[in-house]
Amino acid sequence: MTDQFEPTIVGFTCNWCSYRAADLAGTSRMKYAPNVRLIRMMCSGRLDPTFVLRALSGGADGVLITGCHPGDCHYMEQNYKALRRYLLLRRVLKGMGIEPERVKLVWASAAEGARFASETTLFVEEIRKLGPLNWGKTSGPFSVVGDQTTENATLITEKEVPA
Amino acid sequence: MTVNGNKPKFAMYWAASCGGCEIAVLNTHEKILDVDANFDVVFWPVAMDAKYKDVEAMQDGSILLTLFNGGMRNDENEHIAKLLRQKSKILVAFGSCACEGCIPGLANLSPVGEIVHTAYNTITTDNPHQIYPRTTFDVPEGELHIPTLSRMLRPLDEVVDVDYYMPGCPPESHQIAAVIDLVIKVVRGEAELPPKGTVIGVGNSTVCDECPRARNIKLIKAFKRIQDIAPVDPTLCILEQGVPCNGPATRSGCNARCPQVGAQCIGCYGPAEGVMDYGARLITAFASVVDANTPEEIDRILDGIPDPTGQVYRFNLAGSLMKAARSAWEKG
Repeated sequence: MTDQFEPTIVGFTCNWCSYRAADLAGTSRMKYAPNVRLIRMMCSGRLDPTFVLRALSGGADGVLITGCHPGDCHYMEQNYKALRRYLLLRRVLKGMGIEPERVKLVWASAAEGARFASETTLFVEEIRKLGPLNWGKTSGPFSVVGDQTTENATLITEKEVPA
Repeated sequence: MTVNGNKPKFAMYWAASCGGCEIAVLNTHEKILDVDANFDVVFWPVAMDAKYKDVEAMQDGSILLTLFNGGMRNDENEHIAKLLRQKSKILVAFGSCACEGCIPGLANLSPVGEIVHTAYNTITTDNPHQIYPRTTFDVPEGELHIPTLSRMLRPLDEVVDVDYYMPGCPPESHQIAAVIDLVIKVVRGEAELPPKGTVIGVGNSTVCDECPRARNIKLIKAFKRIQDIAPVDPTLCILEQGVPCNGPATRSGCNARCPQVGAQCIGCYGPAEGVMDYGARLITAFASVVDANTPEEIDRILDGIPDPTGQVYRFNLAGSLMKAARSAWEKG
């Protein structure tokens, strides 16, 4: 055991390409980082940004979204919708002080088990460098409930009131 | 105000809010006379003189209806919220601030020290002696206290148990009148209260459903601010004209008041029925209408929304899944 930070990552895969890629990586006995908890959806277009926010606010350090390559979507063009949501979601997260790199979109076809494995490992390393997000942890915003801050009290009592 | 002790008691309070909710109640015009005829108004700081100690002296559960507006921003807000919860049978989170934080909730994007600094020490504030308020101050007569700010603003239901939610900034007067009518009927035994937790004085759909503007397939090549399009087409969907309109995610109940007069919906009625995170729903809506498939082109179009976080969480940040920006809660 080492005490290096092990990120918790939630991964969303699409039924037709990227989940098959993950399956292929498994049946081919490819080794990749075990930090990702995969959730299968029918399509990356099913990815409601709510899922990502739930994951991040519930303790995940990063979210991996995977889907079919552009042009290969089994539902015509839903992966393009996933791409647009992803790009807007990253902007919104940035406004909340969350590194946009904590959410990553990867295209992987059913034949790309090796790509799925290497991208996953790469993402885990990227998140490891960013460190824990702590949103859902004891130090997170939910712990602030009932916590009267002393910061502003300190800040404003340090100032001298002139005579 | 009446001395008739047999009438049910009514209270209204403002915490971190602007006072618009109180004006909306007064905007019910003659309906306000029904309130006085049917209720004994025991506590309403904006309309009558009353002291906290008067409320403290009341019996628990002796106030039938309390309309509570404003979010929880300091220890005084929380103290009164707990006090009124104890004294009230029905506690309504009244208005967007109490329900989901509203505009004051956007302060959750900044650390509290920065908020105080901005209020007392920026270019719009003339403060040559750097005078800041203190939470305690000694004077010859004794020690004075002002409320201490909380790290984050929170909706009412994170501090106390809430019976009903009535969103809106402010709630529309015709909706308030309907709710007052309902409560009077309940008092007379002519109607029953809805189940606890119900969002009252609203519709069950989205603002788009009430909006009379024509809707077609939306293909947006550029987002614009409403002041940059002239003239605004009076009959066409505002989102279709390229202005980010929050209607698709926002609860109905206002009769699409803003779009009706040529302004985009800004989302004050909060998340529509079944929406868990308001901003996420809007991200989905805006992303779906972007007419581009390459990351570069999509990014160019999204550049037209200058403040994405503020745009999708204008009224809802404190009530959202993430609740606040990292800088607001992270210590050190």
